[in-house]
Amino acid sequence: MDLGTFLWTTFAVFLTMATFSFLYKDNPFYKFAEHLVVGVSAGYFVVILWFNGLIPNLFQRLADGDWYLLWLNSSKPWYIIPAILGIMMWARFSKKYAWLSRWPMALYIGISTGLAIPLTMSNQVNKQLYATMVKIDWAHFFGHGSFNLLDTTSGFSQLIIFVGTIASLIYFFFSKAHKGVFGAVAKFGIWTLMIGFGASFGFTVMARISLFINRMQDVKDWGKVAFNYSGNNQNYSVWFPIVFWLFILFVIAYIIYEIGYYLRSRTNKA
Amino acid sequence: MNLKLIVIFLLMLCLGSFALAETNTVNKDSTAVDSIAPPAPVTMFKAFDTPNDHGHSITLNWQLSADDGAGQNSVLQYQIYRWVPYLMDSLTTLRKAMTTVKEEEIKRGHEKVLKKEMRSLKKEYNAVLKELPSAHKAYPNNGYWKEVGKVPAGTKSYKNTGSKEKESQDYLPDLTDFYYRVDAVTKDSTVRASSKVFGPVQCSGQWFNTGRIPVLVAVILFTFLTIYFVEKAKNGAKLYVRPLSGIEAVDDAIGRATEMGRPILYILGLGSVADIATIASFTILSRVAKQVAEYQTELLVPTYDPLVMAVAQEVVKSAYLDAGRPDDYKEDTVHFVTQSQFAYVAAVNGIMLRELPATNIYMGVFFAESLILAETGALAGSIQIAGTDQIAQIPFFIVACDYTLIGEELYAASAYLGREPLLLGSLKAQDYAKALVIILAIIGLIMSNFGWTQFTDLFKVAN
Repeated sequence: MDLGTFLWTTFAVFLTMATFSFLYKDNPFYKFAEHLVVGVSAGYFVVILWFNGLIPNLFQRLADGDWYLLWLNSSKPWYIIPAILGIMMWARFSKKYAWLSRWPMALYIGISTGLAIPLTMSNQVNKQLYATMVKIDWAHFFGHGSFNLLDTTSGFSQLIIFVGTIASLIYFFFSKAHKGVFGAVAKFGIWTLMIGFGASFGFTVMARISLFINRMQDVKDWGKVAFNYSGNNQNYSVWFPIVFWLFILFVIAYIIYEIGYYLRSRTNKA
Repeated sequence: MNLKLIVIFLLMLCLGSFALAETNTVNKDSTAVDSIAPPAPVTMFKAFDTPNDHGHSITLNWQLSADDGAGQNSVLQYQIYRWVPYLMDSLTTLRKAMTTVKEEEIKRGHEKVLKKEMRSLKKEYNAVLKELPSAHKAYPNNGYWKEVGKVPAGTKSYKNTGSKEKESQDYLPDLTDFYYRVDAVTKDSTVRASSKVFGPVQCSGQWFNTGRIPVLVAVILFTFLTIYFVEKAKNGAKLYVRPLSGIEAVDDAIGRATEMGRPILYILGLGSVADIATIASFTILSRVAKQVAEYQTELLVPTYDPLVMAVAQEVVKSAYLDAGRPDDYKEDTVHFVTQSQFAYVAAVNGIMLRELPATNIYMGVFFAESLILAETGALAGSIQIAGTDQIAQIPFFIVACDYTLIGEELYAASAYLGREPLLLGSLKAQDYAKALVIILAIIGLIMSNFGWTQFTDLFKVAN
């Protein structure tokens, strides 16, 4: 690892720690990491939009036209229309012409909603309804081979899924108060949903823990490469501990500042 | 002398046996090749325009070769060939030339010479394209058979789908004559049997996908229900909507923020302006902004999407106007942060800890950031109300927020808060549609278990 790589990986580790410092409280390290990532991402997305959006989707498609003819002589002149709509969005900066920006927005929302209606109806209503009308596997009602209530393809599971679906749908019925038998079915519905949510929660928490472990492994590997001078680490450089101890000094200085701040605030209160 | 004769005889014998061995080897090999007899060709081969598509696709069907899985059992795969006129090669050459010029243009900037060259190439390309149908009609002259795909033994159909883009390498023009054949191929690729040539066949796009009729029926039915209930609501009918605790808490939360003198943080999520959850969230934002304006509390709306920001600004502005306090509206109430998911989260977390909002409202589309946001809000001691239609994120809001609107409750909330006939009517229509779905599902289950699949097939939707 050369010094340049070391500095950048150290910086990455520093940013990891700075982000985790948020668990203690808001502090200058977290603020630095936050502002850095927000600023970098905003700048990054401008470049991405320019090179992956505007250039290939607009400029290159109009490229065979001439600017003095407003690209109307290009082979795909219709691309000028979305370009104009995009420019109309900029009218927001003028108080007088701000209304112009509503046109492209209205068009965008209108088209998107129009596209979403058949798609939602197909995927979230028709297909799910069709999938619910299953033929119950009566032959293997309590499991395939042996008695097994956890067999997800058994007739019993199919029936549970069906009843759960119907009960959950009833929970989302807003025109009737959840009372009596209707309320009991709705309660069963919300219980079904909660069981599903619990499983989903556990699954995602496991995934997050694995992300955390991954990050900590990175930190550990960084330490191994940087400070293992006793072993056969030919990448070791004297600069590594110097940068590291500077960083530690920095943190200690902040802790002292925090303690001082705490003591001062106590004195002021008294 | 005798000895010499014997040695010569033995040498000749050796050489002869070597030669014999070699000949035998050759014979053995040739016997191995010849042992594969040509398989039987596929039968009932036909090609037709792929139904219910946008065109540029031909479907081929055939009956398996008699030697596929039976007979000699020697068929390993089927190779599909399309007759292609030489003119297609001219198109490929021109396409390559255009790509080179385009690359050069990017490198050197838009030079006039290159532009001119590109224009003339495109002109030539379009001229060749125009000749393409007549070239296909010239079958079997001026063309060759090109392999367009292969499928393993046991397969009875193949879809030859090309691109609709004229500049694309696999452009398959509509309304052009095509000729196909299928070869049954053995392990020795030279031993094969070709089917009869099928053609001419043309592909074209269809305006209507008959496989999606159930969707059309459902949309029409739902539209009628919506119109009916909207009209009913407009005529003053009292439409009951059961109370939602999460939504009733919004008023209390705004009151709490006013009493504490702290702002209200409203997060619209990561959805685009076209997402239904974001649209529902705008209605709730409008209601919140109106109350905030009346109580003169501060409202913070950091946004992820620039278009969502633009719409949210309009919504909040109108709400302040409705509340009779247009002068209190600040342009930076709704502001853009960034379009990077976790950078947005970092920024919103920072706002939560620095501004210490009394209430955090999360309504819209959320992804992995949901738990991070809600946990930070809980840490900051804010009252939190969330609502999303992202099933995977609801559990996180349930554990970290005080009130959560689950899925469709978010849409219902916008109707409940707004009390507008349009929203109430559509909510009622949704309820009746749900009741219909429940009834149909029960009937469908019974029918399916009695083997009457004709009923369930009515709801089958093609992709």
